[in-house]
Amino acid sequence: MANPQWPAVEKRQHLGKPYDRLDGAIKSTGRAKYAYDVNRPGMLWARCIGSPHAAAKVVDIDGTDALAVPGVEGFWRDEGVIGKEVEYAGQIIAAIAATSEELAAEAMHRVKITYEKMEHQVVDNDISFAKGRPASRDEGDVEIALGEAATISEGHYGIAAITHCCLEAHGQVAEVRDGAMYIWPSTQNVSKYADGLNESVDSPLSDIHVDCQYMGGGFGSKFGHDKWGMIGCILAKQTGKPVKIMLERDLELMVAGNRPSAFGTVKVGLDGEGKIHAFDAQVWGTGGGGGYRPPPMPYAFTKLPNQRVAGSRIPTNRGSQRAWRAPGHPQGCLITMAALADAAAAMGMDELEVFKKNLEYTEHPETYAEELDIAAEMIGYKDKAHLRSALTDGPVKRGLGVSIHQWGGMGHPSECDVTIHPDGSVEAKIGSQDLGTATRTSITIVLAETVGLPMDAVKVKMGKNAYPVSGASGGSTTIGGVSASTRLAATNALNALLEVAAPRLGVAVDALEAAEGTIRETANPSNAMTWTEACGLLGVSPITKRGENVAGESQKMGLIDQGVGGVQIADVSVDVETGVVTINEMVAVQDCGLIVNMKTAESQVYGGLIMGVTYALFEECVYDAATGRMLNPDMEFYRLAGLYDVGNLKVHMMTGPRYDSRGVIGLGEPPVISPGAAISNAVANAIGVRVPELPLTPERVLNALGGTA
Amino acid sequence: MADEKTGPDSPGFSRRGFLKGLGVGSAGAAAAGLMPGGTAQQAAAAEEKSALLGPGETSITLNINGESKKVKVEPRVTLLDALRNRLDVTGAKKVCDRGTCGACTVLVDGQPAYACSMLAVEAEGRALTTIEGLGSPEELHPIQAAFIEHDAQQCGFCTPGFVMACAAFLKENPNPTREEVRRGLGGNLCRCGTYAGITEAVLDAAGVKGGA
Repeated sequence: MANPQWPAVEKRQHLGKPYDRLDGAIKSTGRAKYAYDVNRPGMLWARCIGSPHAAAKVVDIDGTDALAVPGVEGFWRDEGVIGKEVEYAGQIIAAIAATSEELAAEAMHRVKITYEKMEHQVVDNDISFAKGRPASRDEGDVEIALGEAATISEGHYGIAAITHCCLEAHGQVAEVRDGAMYIWPSTQNVSKYADGLNESVDSPLSDIHVDCQYMGGGFGSKFGHDKWGMIGCILAKQTGKPVKIMLERDLELMVAGNRPSAFGTVKVGLDGEGKIHAFDAQVWGTGGGGGYRPPPMPYAFTKLPNQRVAGSRIPTNRGSQRAWRAPGHPQGCLITMAALADAAAAMGMDELEVFKKNLEYTEHPETYAEELDIAAEMIGYKDKAHLRSALTDGPVKRGLGVSIHQWGGMGHPSECDVTIHPDGSVEAKIGSQDLGTATRTSITIVLAETVGLPMDAVKVKMGKNAYPVSGASGGSTTIGGVSASTRLAATNALNALLEVAAPRLGVAVDALEAAEGTIRETANPSNAMTWTEACGLLGVSPITKRGENVAGESQKMGLIDQGVGGVQIADVSVDVETGVVTINEMVAVQDCGLIVNMKTAESQVYGGLIMGVTYALFEECVYDAATGRMLNPDMEFYRLAGLYDVGNLKVHMMTGPRYDSRGVIGLGEPPVISPGAAISNAVANAIGVRVPELPLTPERVLNALGGTA
Repeated sequence: MADEKTGPDSPGFSRRGFLKGLGVGSAGAAAAGLMPGGTAQQAAAAEEKSALLGPGETSITLNINGESKKVKVEPRVTLLDALRNRLDVTGAKKVCDRGTCGACTVLVDGQPAYACSMLAVEAEGRALTTIEGLGSPEELHPIQAAFIEHDAQQCGFCTPGFVMACAAFLKENPNPTREEVRRGLGGNLCRCGTYAGITEAVLDAAGVKGGA
């Protein structure tokens, strides 16, 4: 009888090995079909029309002239907004569908929209624009503690709002065929994509078929079908033709989600030994018109004895925030780690030493201690480190910066069906999706491991809402969810096969195992039959069994867990004459429990570091206070890091019994949390002053050096 | 707009004149990605021809991966849109649509070019290689094999363009140093963060070809 617990390390065939992603060839040869690539016979191209004003009353939307253009076949307008207000520039209020993309782009300008302009507010870094009561938390007695502190340091910190900038824009192709709706979306949530669409387009959920095999990036911004998904389906119904609706790059950057900004002032009190005695912070920022949850602070050092944090929301006429890889954490991390590093510098201490002295206030003190030593060794900390008061010579200054981070990563609810066929073939069906994290490959590893077969002897079918329901891919919850449900389903199916095989091998079911392509007696491996022979005993009836991840139960079984720690150290050079920051090297040391695929796990961490370099140095949604518009909704001026910008990167994954025995834990979020803080601390260490706000543009660096930041 | 006689799409606007006005020679223009892969004479020939076309659709023949494909396009249609929307050749991706990200990189007469920044009518008579023509899952180009080995892709949306850029880079630089790889592949952007894998893949593929 097979049991669902992970096999002991020495018995693992596939788990934890470095496998190539299974869709590597189809992606690198351009054969993978993304939503943007789906072309259907007779398909129309839709264009969304967004408001040019950040705040205005919509008087009328008239599509008559647009519909008169030959080739324009569909028109939609937001009936609900007429007579009401648009709340941000780019808010989508109309759309047209035409026989070619060029025609759609041209005819959209014939839609006549009448607005009455209103006052807007897009400034997000000035607390005087804050509204409502601040959310606050107060533990211990901060005032008394500050009075007792040996060193007090106070500073201003901030991190601009950034956007997801998925390379594949949001959107879908929708087609009505034989009374059913077929949708090919770019989504992080295949199983639930259609939720709510059924009401908007008057189709029962049973008639909405969703298929997403590949998707070009989501990072937290592609959980729902969104307004444009609904519009696409409406236009497909209206015209009777397939409709492709993908956001143009400018709308993609303005309306398809952003990471809220965070600005703040922090006062830190250290005792004479460098222990943190008091932490007093006020933060503010914007998530657009919607809610604003202040970032978690004090970050990672959550158990500080005397802490007070007040967070205020600045409502703005900007597109709404969405989850952005590790929501809130990069912001809280930057502000906290920068404030602590400044306190260490004020005391004349090394920040790594101060972090190490205070690990008891974190949730993973042993993990961080181990990781900090490894990271310091990897970057050569002992040789390169200097105090902020002792700068390197010459106009190009060099410095090191440290940060630590944490994340949950518990597996989401997930169901999986595994079928063992009489011919020996094995397949899993699961309504999950592969965002590029190699989920497809990880599910295959778990399935092959469980039934004791090579990777190419099992198949994984995913990416359709016809398959068993699996959760949205967000918050590093996918790997735990799908590996538990797949493991459970495969174990259940295998046990049904063992029941059939046991009498033939003349032993009890409990005495059998599946390994190396055989069903065999665990204690006497020569008493065996091949996998194919065993499956042949099924006659004409395949076995299909379901597995369901219920987080608490899977955690008790040791399949999955939550709560990881990671550390990063950055080595930067700063040219004090030009203000240009160069990343020399970054090291990341990361825990994620049991590793399913070492190669793609490392890729997640490299990816986190690189995205982190990008938001630390370049990314910022720049808004114009006068017009209320985003000034850089394109990829020239909304800059992403290129290959030259990221420096040398080194990744170390924590392995061994202490980590492995916890089971599988998510990894997508953690490595993107620390880079901003580590790089900001490294720049401060290099030039002797804090550049208060990210991104660390030459202008901000020079202002800080000139004392005008 | 079809009925307006001004602006870059109109017959009165000469791109050749525009380039002359900038004082951009063929080498400089090619390096800047303005006239990828072509000589000034070739561009001029294409210009002479396209100036006579439009505003309606015209039938052109494109040489894509060694095959001639007839396609009807308006003169304003980019090579990228002709490939993706009219010929269902979708490996080259549309991301920035303005010559910044490189996701649409194809080879034009063997040189890398942004297909979003070239008109389809300009591509007539040129040998076009798209990702579909570089290798196949059954018969990978060495750089594609190296991308898989070094996990140089995540979501994969930038990958076809990056692979084309890397293949062209290696042809020009068969034995690149790490620094040359970092300097030479700045014309493509990735959001998932695969640059570390890409750098290793390029160095490895160079080794496969007998490089350093």
